[in-house]
Amino acid sequence: MRPARVVEARDVADGVRRVVLEHAPGRPAEPGAHLQLVVHVDGPGGRRREVRSYSVVDASPDGTRSAISVLLTPTSRGGGRYVHSLSAGDDVECSAPLQGFPLRLGAGRYHLVAGGIGITALVAMARHLAARGADVVLDHVVRTRSRAAYADDLAALLGDRYRLHVDDEHGAFDVGALLDEVAAADGDGEGAVPGGAEAYVCGPIRLMDAVRRGWEARGLPASTLRFETFGSSGWYAPQPFTACIPEIGLRTTVGPDTTLLEALQRAGADLMYDCRKGECGLCRIDVASVRGVLDHRDVFLSRRQQEAGTSMCVCVSRVAALPAAQGGDGQPAELVLRLP
Amino acid sequence: MTDVQAEPLAAPGQVNAKIFPFPLNAWYVAAWDHEVTSKKPLARTVAGQPMALYRTADGRPVALADACWHRLAPLSMGKLVGRDGIQCPYHGLQYNSAGRCTKMPAQETVNPSALVTSYPVEQRYRYVWVWPGDPLLADPASIPDMHQMDSPEWAGDGLTIEAPCNYQLVLDNLMDLTHEEFVHHSSIGQEELSESDFTTRREADGSVTVTRWIRDVTPPPFWLKNIRDRFPGFEGRVDRWQIIHYYAPSTICIDVGVAPTGTGAPEGDRSQGVNGYVMNTITPETERSSHYFWAFMRNYRLDSQLITTQLREGVHGVFGEDEAMLAAQQRAIDANPGKEFYSLNIDAGGMWVRRILDEMLRAEGRA
Repeated sequence: MRPARVVEARDVADGVRRVVLEHAPGRPAEPGAHLQLVVHVDGPGGRRREVRSYSVVDASPDGTRSAISVLLTPTSRGGGRYVHSLSAGDDVECSAPLQGFPLRLGAGRYHLVAGGIGITALVAMARHLAARGADVVLDHVVRTRSRAAYADDLAALLGDRYRLHVDDEHGAFDVGALLDEVAAADGDGEGAVPGGAEAYVCGPIRLMDAVRRGWEARGLPASTLRFETFGSSGWYAPQPFTACIPEIGLRTTVGPDTTLLEALQRAGADLMYDCRKGECGLCRIDVASVRGVLDHRDVFLSRRQQEAGTSMCVCVSRVAALPAAQGGDGQPAELVLRLP
Repeated sequence: MTDVQAEPLAAPGQVNAKIFPFPLNAWYVAAWDHEVTSKKPLARTVAGQPMALYRTADGRPVALADACWHRLAPLSMGKLVGRDGIQCPYHGLQYNSAGRCTKMPAQETVNPSALVTSYPVEQRYRYVWVWPGDPLLADPASIPDMHQMDSPEWAGDGLTIEAPCNYQLVLDNLMDLTHEEFVHHSSIGQEELSESDFTTRREADGSVTVTRWIRDVTPPPFWLKNIRDRFPGFEGRVDRWQIIHYYAPSTICIDVGVAPTGTGAPEGDRSQGVNGYVMNTITPETERSSHYFWAFMRNYRLDSQLITTQLREGVHGVFGEDEAMLAAQQRAIDANPGKEFYSLNIDAGGMWVRRILDEMLRAEGRA
């Protein structure tokens, strides 16, 4: 971590704050890079320092400025609130750019797909590809128009290759139609592009899951679908639940603004973990029983393994009470884990 | 009276650096085309970056960073799998030619972050070229012109020298051929070399040309052999030329030859002489080591494999003398850390090269 200073902070869409950090010069962030920011969050034990990862939306060529943009949600675990409290002149700490979602060059066509605030991971990619004259199409899916951060910039950059889809106005986004378009560009038939098509997706888990399922169904190669996770969204809104590990006598409540891993660690469990974004699988633990439904938010377990429901990645995944429509009785969810 | 403020000269930058940094946003030769195969990967470091080079089943060359995403084991020790992939020799992770991980051990999914850098690669002029810098800037049109390497109008061959010195020392060596008189006195050297005048120009296309004509001299042994290959029994005096073409960052093609004095070669008629092109392209490996790829091409007696082999072996012997000098120079540089470089008139070509490299480094924010 290195010291940085906020030199610009302003809203770029409803609930989306753009913050520009000035720091010692370094290699400017590449498209797809993120940085870690030290955030101060209020919790049960008082104010504490935590680390959050945010995509770099743009960076100055001399590597002294990096911009992030953060959405404030009602279920914020504190990072969003902290970033929204910043203003020009504030001192913060951040890491050098880290690359977890690199752009590969050489594809014939790029399909960028952003859901909501996921656009922040794709703005820099769109700029770099456009500057290079690459064939790039960006689909930006938002619930309401006022939430579409960077829409004007992207429309100016890409023209009609920037396609803003507003659920409120246009109804549900048609993932199938988009994937048919990708498959046509990637195939051997008419409309295929030399070099094939690749997709980069960043958005809520429902969108990513729909794209992944459709991708597989069309027989597209798994290696040309890339997605950024951060494990930040699930199938269910975060809600409090109880977690137990009977063999060590652990029983704790997991609040909506904390992760299961954090709650277990705080309650005294000594667990292995690493990436904290549902990718590496090191925090996977066996599930003994669950009252409610497992809300898998990781990308480590295969769909088969998630559906089996016998293990979960506790860094990002949660449990939700079964909705009444599915026979839920209103009881809070409870999870029993088993150490290996 | 007007106060005229003279524009100050630009700071000298690092043009006199003894250990010259290398630009990253550039095409460098990583290997001869025949060295890169679809049988097993080749390990080679280019501009400080270890790479694993191989070909896909359909023959396309690939250059991946030579360190597995997982625990950095060298992929070049692994084996090629599938149509375009490589498998880590340690834990079996597999990557495709784009550098994306396609298989991980003991799990049903692949971590979406897992990949190794896949460098832009081009195969041209019998070489495999790689771009170690920002891939967004890699334009194949900026590969220097070395068309003599695979033109039907030229024949020849070459080899690689692993030179234990900074790449700029090799460029200095090739941009000033007066050293031939002292280093290569038994083959191509002659005392008229350092006596003859020369011109140095930076061309509009950014290249640098050093032109030297040595008129009415006795051909040295190497050139007497060559002209007799084409004109058996030749006797007499010749006009000799050395026209050095530098293309950034590190390619130097030298138009060389002799023609009988009085047959009009300096005026443009080389028909009574023999013409060769010494093709040199130098790839920095580390700060103190370089892969020096060279070939000697000629435009006469194209069908003679004997001459091709004789010239390759002959030049190999001559360049061995350069290699020994460059290695000794690097050792002396390292043994004299407190001493500077000074420049002579003969360094004009080399100094243009240094200025151009300095400009490239500045553009990368590395000066």
